[in-house]
Amino acid sequence: MHISDFLSYPFMVNALIVGLLVSVCCALLGVSLVLRRFSMIGDGLSHVGFGALAIATVAGVAPLTVAVPVVVLSAFILLRISERGRIGGDAAIALISTSALAIGVMAVSMNSGINTDISNYMFGSILALSRSDVILSVVLAVIVLLFFLFFYHRIFAVTFDETFARATGVKAGLYNTLTAMFTALTVVLGMRMMGALLISALIIFPPLTAMRICRTFRTVTVCSLLLSLFSFTAGLFLSFLYGTPAGAGIVVTDLVFFLLFSIAGAIRRK
Amino acid sequence: MALVNCENITLSYEGRNVISDLTFHLGKGEYLCIVGENGSGKSTLLKGILGFVKPSEGTISFDGIAQNEIGYLPQQTDRQKDFPASVSEIVISGCLNRMGFRPFYSSKEKNLAARNMERLGISSMVQKPYNELSGGQQQRVLLARALCAAESLLVLDEPVTGLDPVVTGELYELIRKLHQEGMTIIMVSHDVSAALKYADLILHLHHNGYFFGTRREYEQSPFCMMLKPGGDEE
Repeated sequence: MHISDFLSYPFMVNALIVGLLVSVCCALLGVSLVLRRFSMIGDGLSHVGFGALAIATVAGVAPLTVAVPVVVLSAFILLRISERGRIGGDAAIALISTSALAIGVMAVSMNSGINTDISNYMFGSILALSRSDVILSVVLAVIVLLFFLFFYHRIFAVTFDETFARATGVKAGLYNTLTAMFTALTVVLGMRMMGALLISALIIFPPLTAMRICRTFRTVTVCSLLLSLFSFTAGLFLSFLYGTPAGAGIVVTDLVFFLLFSIAGAIRRK
Repeated sequence: MALVNCENITLSYEGRNVISDLTFHLGKGEYLCIVGENGSGKSTLLKGILGFVKPSEGTISFDGIAQNEIGYLPQQTDRQKDFPASVSEIVISGCLNRMGFRPFYSSKEKNLAARNMERLGISSMVQKPYNELSGGQQQRVLLARALCAAESLLVLDEPVTGLDPVVTGELYELIRKLHQEGMTIIMVSHDVSAALKYADLILHLHHNGYFFGTRREYEQSPFCMMLKPGGDEE
């Protein structure tokens, strides 16, 4: 098997482009989400995304026209719930996740019976990506990259200490809202390839792995970005070799890195 | 006009008025300590001063500084204790209020951060990770960040919480030094003895009413008895 075989399939090229761009977005947004204890938002959004995709399929409309508004709206709701920080916030997210999942499963089953459709949504398929997904992911990645580049210091301030950031005049609410919105779009774009059950790993693993070793915000961000890109490429290649779903291969690669970094971190701290 | 002016303000928290008809003025270079039991409205008043909540009645105004030029030292959150960030990343974030629409820090802001780290004796740990510092060192880092934001007013929310007595004493001395260098200080504290030792002015918030006056006047007042050990409350 040669790398050129891997790239000789057009769907592989599409998957690689969309995946790498989605990985960039996930890694950058993930650092902020994980550090602010909002990891569950990514997970909740992917389940809502599954429900929305399922309903769109059954209704026979373009999946993104339903999924994008529904998931973006849910992102705002989940953010508000998480920000309140009250007991029951995480329970509320679990409630929304499972409800959306159940509605999606009902919708698909009533229409066609549980079969490949559901399996594809849950565990992802690289065949699902079209030319328009490639264009969308380029646009999204450029916007997210610019957002991070231009507001890097403000994002750091809001992530580290929202109260202080607000006191110095940073519009923390705006950054939270934008982060939630970008996360929602990234999840919708990435979930058909990664799978509804696995897309949140792309958000959570790279920052957590980076934090095993890196000790400053800048190094965590850069390391998370590199890890995300590398795990995606390696995972996609793995699944191509073994004929497994891409999402699973990528998450397993993420897990291997997490364990390696954890061991390295533990040794360093000794 | 004084630096900080609170005129007949009423502030509410979760729909309940916790501060009603409060008036006080703080001149440049003065040191005010806000004391009171839990729930007496200390945090709500801070939120009002920082502009997070608007008074339903009355006004809070500043002379010579904008509201976002207050150097604020918030209470630490659990999240921060294991946050991956270097000392310099945190300190310089205090300069954000000077950035306007610029995305990056200029050398002027980097110099200001370096000066304030030197002022607080943390220059040797610039590149150190925040989560590996002791509690007292972490407070110095956050205080240096507050100084970067501060034109002339520092607002400190329970700065010595969780610190041992030696480090607490050092931090109070550090704040005293900043005060002597001309900083105006507002400190919220549970620690009445420290308030009486360091502050010029005392604001004691109580469920029904408040006391505002000099340290001497406060010592003579019945309010002082309430918070002292052996007093009739707490």
